[in-house]
Amino acid sequence: MADGPVADVLLRRLEAADGGLDSAELAAELGVEHQAVVGAVKSLQALGEIIEAELRSTKRWELTAEGEEIAREGSHEARVFRSVPPEGLAQSELMRLPSGKVGFSKAMSNKWIRVDKSAADGPRVFRVVDSMEDDVQRRLQLVRGGQAEKLAEKERSELRKRKLLTEVTLKTYWVSKGSAFSTSVSKQEAELSPEMISSGSWRDRPFKPYNFSARGVLPDSGHLHPLLKVRTQFRQIFLEMGFTEMPTDNFIESSFWNFDALFQPQQHPARDQHDTFFLQDPAEALQLPMDYVHRVKRTHSQGGYGSQGYKYTWKLDEARKNLLRTHTTAASARALYRLARKKPFTPIKYFSIDRVFRNETLDATHLAEFHQIEGVVADHGLTLGHLMGVLREFFTKLGITQLRFKPAYNPYTEPSMEVFSYHQGLKKWVEVGNSGLFRPEMLLPMGLPENVSVIAWGLSLERQREPPVPRP
Amino acid sequence: MPTVSVKRDLLFKALGRTYTDEEFDELCFEFGLELDEITSEKEIISKEQGDKKAEGASDVVLYKIDVPANRYDLLCLEGLVRGLQVFKERIKAPLYKRVMPNGEIQKLIITEETAKIRPYAVAAVLRNIKFTKDRYDSFIELQEKLHQNICRKRALVAIGAHDLDSLSGPFTFTAKRPSDIKFKPLSKTKEYTACELMNIYKTDNHLKHYLHIIENKPLYPVIYDSNGVVLSMPPIINGNHSKITLNTRNVFIECTGTDFTKAKIVLDIIVTMFSEYCENQFTVEAAEVVFPNGKSYTFPELAYRKEMVRADLINKKVGIRETPENLAKLLTRMCLKSEVIGDGNQIEIEIPPTRADIIHACDIVEDAAIAYGYNNIQMTLPKTYTIANQFPLNKLTELLRHDMAAAGFTEALTFALCSQEDIADKLGVDISATKAVHISNPKTAEFQVARTTLLPGLLKTIAANRKMPLPLKLFEISDIVVKDSSRDVGARNYRHLCAVYYNKNPGFEIIHGLLDRIMQLLDVPPGEKKGGYVIKASEGPAFFPGRCAEVFARGQSIGKLGVLHPDVITKFELTMPCSSLEINIEPFL
Repeated sequence: MADGPVADVLLRRLEAADGGLDSAELAAELGVEHQAVVGAVKSLQALGEIIEAELRSTKRWELTAEGEEIAREGSHEARVFRSVPPEGLAQSELMRLPSGKVGFSKAMSNKWIRVDKSAADGPRVFRVVDSMEDDVQRRLQLVRGGQAEKLAEKERSELRKRKLLTEVTLKTYWVSKGSAFSTSVSKQEAELSPEMISSGSWRDRPFKPYNFSARGVLPDSGHLHPLLKVRTQFRQIFLEMGFTEMPTDNFIESSFWNFDALFQPQQHPARDQHDTFFLQDPAEALQLPMDYVHRVKRTHSQGGYGSQGYKYTWKLDEARKNLLRTHTTAASARALYRLARKKPFTPIKYFSIDRVFRNETLDATHLAEFHQIEGVVADHGLTLGHLMGVLREFFTKLGITQLRFKPAYNPYTEPSMEVFSYHQGLKKWVEVGNSGLFRPEMLLPMGLPENVSVIAWGLSLERQREPPVPRP
Repeated sequence: MPTVSVKRDLLFKALGRTYTDEEFDELCFEFGLELDEITSEKEIISKEQGDKKAEGASDVVLYKIDVPANRYDLLCLEGLVRGLQVFKERIKAPLYKRVMPNGEIQKLIITEETAKIRPYAVAAVLRNIKFTKDRYDSFIELQEKLHQNICRKRALVAIGAHDLDSLSGPFTFTAKRPSDIKFKPLSKTKEYTACELMNIYKTDNHLKHYLHIIENKPLYPVIYDSNGVVLSMPPIINGNHSKITLNTRNVFIECTGTDFTKAKIVLDIIVTMFSEYCENQFTVEAAEVVFPNGKSYTFPELAYRKEMVRADLINKKVGIRETPENLAKLLTRMCLKSEVIGDGNQIEIEIPPTRADIIHACDIVEDAAIAYGYNNIQMTLPKTYTIANQFPLNKLTELLRHDMAAAGFTEALTFALCSQEDIADKLGVDISATKAVHISNPKTAEFQVARTTLLPGLLKTIAANRKMPLPLKLFEISDIVVKDSSRDVGARNYRHLCAVYYNKNPGFEIIHGLLDRIMQLLDVPPGEKKGGYVIKASEGPAFFPGRCAEVFARGQSIGKLGVLHPDVITKFELTMPCSSLEINIEPFL
């Protein structure tokens, strides 16, 4: 049993045919829609090498609905001519006929009829000739009989302009026998069913082959945000290296912790309205650790702890100004201050990854908020060499092994170094982070012991790629 | 970081040799500079205004070099060359000398009217200088770089340089009513009053940025010579009369400002850089400044300071083992003339007037490390032994977000800052009821407040993703900010969890089911007893009437869930029903 009666007939005709057959011709012969034959061709094709089908496209002239009507009943002008009796007809009456309007002007230009405007009861239409030849009808009948080629190009295009003819492209198949041709094709099963399993009928059934080049159906699932996945990876790296996470859940910070505590002078450009979001409400910090504040003030304005200071008038009002933190180093300063107050000093390794804010207008390369990654180690006798050693381990875990270090300037670290890595794609060294030893002017007013060094580095999460899947 | 633009060939001529671009880039890197761009005037104009405009412009190769923000001594070709030549031990750092004039010393008298607007001034004279076109351009450019950086766009210090031979001292630095100041400013052909000038410069792309410094003050600062000629009206503009030209031989430099220390540094930098072109190289003629209290000081200071640093401190901070002699040599290469003294472990370092950035021993340590070569330092791992801990709130967040994704919700990352409208009007709440913190200086309305709820961010995310197939299921676990007077800064964060379901049906049961799942994960049983959770009918302006419930857990209200009000949906430019859940997760720590 084949796939439906049409497929059956097609196979039988094909068996008898010499060479092959055309799908459109078959449809005409069987008196079925062409689409039904196409369906049969497709389903036979899916069974393998039973048939071969070659797509052909042919152009054909067809009558429009109006064209069909004219081929049947004559052109509008002919119908107008016929309805005019020898004694004539009132024009107003003629115009009410179905073909009146179109037919009248055509019949006039063909000079088949004339109008006598001087007639007593309004204009009257009379025949001019006794008989006429309805060429339009004749031509349309030719097309209907499949003999469109007998018409001149000009005649066809005129009929098309009158919307009586259209040219259609017909896609047909030239069907021939395939290498596995057979007239007895049995229907294949699409899928294995529970019934087939229980009855065992699957043993006797053929199954439709799968199309393995088709795409699978994606599973329904939620997703984690790509950037936050990278955050997770960085947290993991820090934790593997023994770093403890600092609290950073305070977006609002005072200028004191964000700048002054870091020995960043009050006229520093970063403290400008153009760069930092200040708060209108609450505009000022309510409490500051005043003892410590005085030590910071002295260090800025007069120096101390071996420093010349910046020698300017340090203002408490400026330090009280609230802002959206511009770096997580503000949180690191708080953490180091807490550490300094805990006696005796114990070495620490800290990290944080959280949002920071800058007063920018959003565009493709500027964000007003982004995530900062920060690492801090405090211990006796840490050196620049230690900082580089920690950075090497950290970046190795990110899959970055080619590093070099450039002297740089940061207001709160000295020495400072920018970290560059060799970018294989860009074939050049690119900056991947910034680092340094926190200045004594920052650490000593906090109360940290003099021989304790604090190394720190920072990078931006938004600039990181997802690290490679860690190798075991 | 300031960028200095120098002509490559001029630079190489001054350095006495040529480099390939790669070699020069390498040298910069080692010294802490960055060769940012290799370009030409033609290329710059062509990039900014198109090829047509660039026709005929100079195609002399320019190096754009990034200089660390604290190294004012490297902001011009003269300084860069000097720094690099000393670094490469091709020359010794020059010794800058202040000399008294043969005749009478130039005097600048400050009157007390300046006290309220611009109280400080310093001055010096460059005698018998020889300008060329390149030197002159560099001189002007250095003033501009200083103005933009250490001078904080002229707010702290403003520089004026004058042809001394066109003036006659003593000079007076005073402050007058704007209508009483009248002079012909630089590159104008007639005289204007200060009031007129302030109006004219409102449309001047360069000068308009400085007007605010004095604009609303009753008195404007102004400097006159003994004949009443205006030298300058700092910090806005100099007079045309004393304009310096290529033929100027004697330059009177004044720096006025609100920061005395910085004014002195700026003057030192200018005179140390350009005294190179004086007949007596690296000598600067002193000028006297008389302050309103009658005290008089001589400038420039050109102070050399001695610092003592132990060699083992440098070795210990850098992580190297160099002899004191070697360390002294390294420092000398950084323009810090050093020698070993005392017990043989002490290094005495002379800080020249060009190095105002050296304020602590750590700055000296850094210079030793730079001269040693950062990339020659042996990398070692610190022995610091520590046990890692996660911040508990972040640990909880990490665990929850993975489970939220496993429950079929997709994580969004939205901005913590937003407009007032987002957290108030659009949710049917009055802004005063939100306890939101307000930003005073946002550039756009998108950053007026810190969010007090995560919901607007998620709804905006949905609005931006309306083309995606339904349903849309989003969540975010992040911080919101509210005012809180119990905190030192008067505000605090709360960690919220928010989820939304957006589909052809409201899906309350789905959001409710998500809450049940979260509570199951947090080990919070249903029911009011034993620290369990319940939801109770409630209402809120953001929710459809009768479709809102409050979530209580561990005896406290932690948030709400419900079907969003059609007004809220419409205001966020959405068209489908939507339900949401937002809770504070901190009680579950």
